[in-house]
Order: sequence, then C-alpha cells, then structure tokens
Amino acid sequence: MALKQYKEVLINPLVKENPITLQILGICSALAVTSNLNVTLIMCVALTSVVSLSNLFISIIRNYIPSSVRIIVQMTIIATLVILVDELLKAYDYETSKKLSVFVGLIITNCIVMGRAEAFAMKEKPFVSFLDGLGNGIGYSIILIGVAFIRELFGAGSLFGIPIFGEWYPTNNLLLLPPSSFIIIGLFIWLIRGYNNDQIEEDEFDLSKHSVTPNLEKRELNV
Amino acid sequence: MFEHYLNIFINTVFIENIALSLFLGMCTFLAISKKIDAAFGLGIAVIVVCAITVPLNNLIYNYVLREGALTWAGLPNTNLEFVELISYIGVIAAAVQILEMFLDRYIPALYNALGVFLPLITVNCAILGASLFMVEKDLMFTESIAYGLGAGFGWAMAIVILAGIREKLKYSDIPEGLKGLGMTFIIVGLMSFGFMSFGGISL
Repeated sequence: MALKQYKEVLINPLVKENPITLQILGICSALAVTSNLNVTLIMCVALTSVVSLSNLFISIIRNYIPSSVRIIVQMTIIATLVILVDELLKAYDYETSKKLSVFVGLIITNCIVMGRAEAFAMKEKPFVSFLDGLGNGIGYSIILIGVAFIRELFGAGSLFGIPIFGEWYPTNNLLLLPPSSFIIIGLFIWLIRGYNNDQIEEDEFDLSKHSVTPNLEKRELNV
Repeated sequence: MFEHYLNIFINTVFIENIALSLFLGMCTFLAISKKIDAAFGLGIAVIVVCAITVPLNNLIYNYVLREGALTWAGLPNTNLEFVELISYIGVIAAAVQILEMFLDRYIPALYNALGVFLPLITVNCAILGASLFMVEKDLMFTESIAYGLGAGFGWAMAIVILAGIREKLKYSDIPEGLKGLGMTFIIVGLMSFGFMSFGGISL
C-alpha cells in the first residue's frame, strides 16, 4: 500500500499532472532560461532541490504552524533554501549564476514551490511530501529540458554548446528568441493532451452548427 | 529632468515590458486572463503594489543592505546583500497586507473589486522581479518610483490585452487539444514577438 502510494506521488507529476502543462505553475522561469541546455540543467537542479527540500521541512513542522501566519512561515523556509542555492551557485559556478541573473532569486515566488507546499506538504507526512516535491521538480525539468533541447538544437545547431549540425546549418534566430518557447510549450501541451483526452478543456458554451436557412431572402440578409 | 523619468517609464512599459519581454508573473498572467474585468482588477492591484514596493525596496537596499550602506550606523564594512531576497519578500508581503487593511477601511469599493487578487500578489513574480531588476539597474530612489510605476503599468496593459484576445477567442474553432491553455501559450508567444519590435527604439 505505502509503496504504491509513494510510486504514484512520484510518477504522477511527470506527465499526467505536470506542473507546467496542467497546473499552470512555474512558467516564468521556464521561458527565460531555456535557450541553452547547460543553463537549463542548472536551473532544473536548483528548482528540484528547493521544491523537494521545502516540502520536506514544511511537512516536518506542519503541525506547529498556526494557519494565520502560514504563508510567511512557508516563505521564510523557501527563501532560506533559495538563498543557500544562490550562494552555492555564486561560489562554484559564477559564470552560470551571472547568466541566470535574477531567475534563481525568483525561485522564491515560483508558484510550484508555494503551490506544492500549500497543497501537499501542509497535509501529508514528511517522506511522501519529499517525494511529491521531487516528482514535481522532475516534471518541471522534463518540460524545460525538452524546450531547451529543441531550441538549442534547431536554433543554434548545437547541444551543450557542442556543434551538432556542423557548418551547413544556418542558425535559426527565431528559435533563440525567448518568445518561441511559449509556442513550443503550447505545442507540448497539444501533444500531451492528444494522449490524455480527459485533460482537454471544455468550451464554456456549445457552438451551434453553421445552419443553412432554407429560404434566405435578400431582405433578411440586409443587402 | 522630467524627461529622464518619462524615459524610464516608457522604457519599462514598452521596451522592457515585465510580462512580455522579461516573462515575469506568467502564472497569474495565464491563469487570470479569461475575463477582461478580472484582468483589469488584477492589473490595477499590480500597479499599486509595484509602485509602493519598488521604491521601498530601493530605500532598504541603499540604506541597509548594500556594501557600505550601514556607514550611517557606524558599520562601514558590513555587506548584508545575502539577505536581500528574504527582506524584499518580507517587504512585499507586509506592504500587501497593509494595503489590504487600508483599502478595506477607507476605499471599500476598490477593496471589493480587487477581492482575492490582493493576497495573491505576494507570490506574483512580477513584483519581486521588478525589485530585483531595480537593484540590477542600480537606480536612484526617484528613478525607482518611475520604474515601479512603469513595471506595474506594463504588466497591467499586457494582461488586459491578452484578456481581450481571449474573450474573442471563444468564437473561434480551435483543435481539441489546443483549446484553453495551449492556445493561450501560443498567443502570448505571438504577442511577445510583437513586443520585440519595440526593442529597436532607443530613448
């Protein structure tokens, strides 16, 4: 029983309940950091560690947090973890930390972290919460790495900065521009929803079929 | 002198639009843009909060956190930049809370109109992002007022435009899997390409 639950919590957010494509969480950073796989990988590791650890710690103290100040308490824990990641990155990989600029700091307000803390870690036991954070972090990483793969391969013709396509491939600047990642994510959503039909959003109202009125006269058409 | 501040404002609204060029506050941007009314309310709230918190954080950065900023307190060698993030988010959370109480007491009409959006703003990355970019650009206090206003205004404008497009989109025939979120992503992408054309303007 327990093992099955662990597995579900870990696997579900990967594709089926993916934080980006279904829950609309954590999109900001998904766009700005995906032009280069190196930078993307570091961002993914940073986010995954923050979301799983914050879930773990919030879950450990969940019974002692008064509900009126819980947002501030969660924020403090998340912010502390993000500061740790930021300082580590500055110490060991200064170049990448410059490229990521404010986006590491923005993990604090990344809704995945807040959303999982609020929706999952406040209710569940520490280990399950940790797995849930891990699963969501990896789900986020899958989309980001997918987008970055397409953008770097077809945009610059290289992967991890190593040329793949060689001289004959002209760089496609359109894909290197940040807005193209919106369109790629939109297409990913289409792909995922093509398999999971239950995720398709319903229309707010039904369109009536184009009806052909039999004896349409000039008077009715107003011409 | 006035022209300088106007330039900062225009630059932030159009050329470095916080939503469409820097991609901040995207989660709420996509989630709450189905109806123009709601988008407008949220936009106003973001303008107000941005215009208050960016100058406040500017003061905190320049007089407390920055290297050598504590000279006035007799501590010339202290550098508190590592608590930057946590103090900004504290200021934002506090400002939102105070604003909420103030509006509830004195301008109930606006308070009711904003409703649930006010507390949501604490976790909107547009607000924290504006503060972080303010630090990166190294703005003066008065400049940061123009920057804060511009950042909020640009975001509000973008979300109202998107809501307008999405309201029209109800009548179009979109493939099953793209309906809703998928199509919204693609539209935001196109809007963002559109805003890139402002990039050539130098003020």
